[in-house]
Amino acid sequence: MIPDDGRNRHVWRNAIKEGMKAAWPVCLGYIAIGLAFGVIARKAGFRPLEIGLMSLLVYAGSSQFIAAAMLGAGAGFLPIVLTTFSVNLRHILMSSSLSIHLRHLEARRLAIFAYGVTDESFAVNMTRFRQGCWGWRQALAVNHVANLTWVASTTAGGIGGQFIPSGAFGLDYALIAMFVCLLVFQLRGRIHVLVAILAGLLAVIIAVALPGNYYILAASFIAASAGLGLRKMKGFRSEKQGPS
Amino acid sequence: MRSEILLIIIGMGVVTYLPRCLPLFLLSRRPLPPWLIDWLDFIPAAILSALVLPAIMTAGEPRHIELFRPELWVTFPTLFFALKTKSLAGTVVIGMGLYWLASLFI
Repeated sequence: MIPDDGRNRHVWRNAIKEGMKAAWPVCLGYIAIGLAFGVIARKAGFRPLEIGLMSLLVYAGSSQFIAAAMLGAGAGFLPIVLTTFSVNLRHILMSSSLSIHLRHLEARRLAIFAYGVTDESFAVNMTRFRQGCWGWRQALAVNHVANLTWVASTTAGGIGGQFIPSGAFGLDYALIAMFVCLLVFQLRGRIHVLVAILAGLLAVIIAVALPGNYYILAASFIAASAGLGLRKMKGFRSEKQGPS
Repeated sequence: MRSEILLIIIGMGVVTYLPRCLPLFLLSRRPLPPWLIDWLDFIPAAILSALVLPAIMTAGEPRHIELFRPELWVTFPTLFFALKTKSLAGTVVIGMGLYWLASLFI
């Protein structure tokens, strides 16, 4: 563990460097999606400044797309806010998982960290925490580098995104490729493979059966619980000593 | 800035922040029972898989299973590369390159 001073400039500089190194796949993906969101939000009636402010205050891709579509369709405050809430509930699971690695962090730091929890920053930070040599500073750097990229690229998309060809350089696949590799890092034993397969299949079934993105929350919740059951039942205990 | 839009953005910000923040505060400040730690240990693998599979296997609105998109077929070599090399940077670059190639032909 790095000594926890919080003001040490040298420690921060290294942490930010490490965070940027870890965050680049996220940033690539955010540039692609951010530009696309900017274009769509502009078409739905948002001004560039409003797009930037939304990315800064909300910072959650899919709910921003939905909000733009809803506003474009004439929806008002309550439906948009309620939909946003339900779409972003899935972060509960991610914050819960991250809490294991942020034990007894000061409240104000925890509050700042919470702001940057996204599907992508969660995936990167969780993998690094597990590998070790990762602290809250590095994780915070990942969150904020990704956040800056998001705010900048959505605003840029709102200003001039229509001039950028969509699908350039396979950018649209960057986040999927990142998730695939980070998933591979998580497969530390048979039981994790089983949980992942179950979660994926359930997610596909629920995604087809129900609108919205509850499938992420529901499938992960059920698959993790099944994993717990399996571990208890089958004496998978022996696999427990992974790097943790 | 129009005030109605500003209000919507602030509302969205508040309801997005709460699920991100509350579990961190509630869970990081107290000892957790072992079963919960075990359960949370499965969450990353579950979430990542639940994010990827629908993204590569379903499309459209309403969503349906769609097996002939480059997303799905590019994922096989990408997954193989990730399993072999365990390289995040390599996987992202290879995946993007293959996807780019695939979308030229499909």
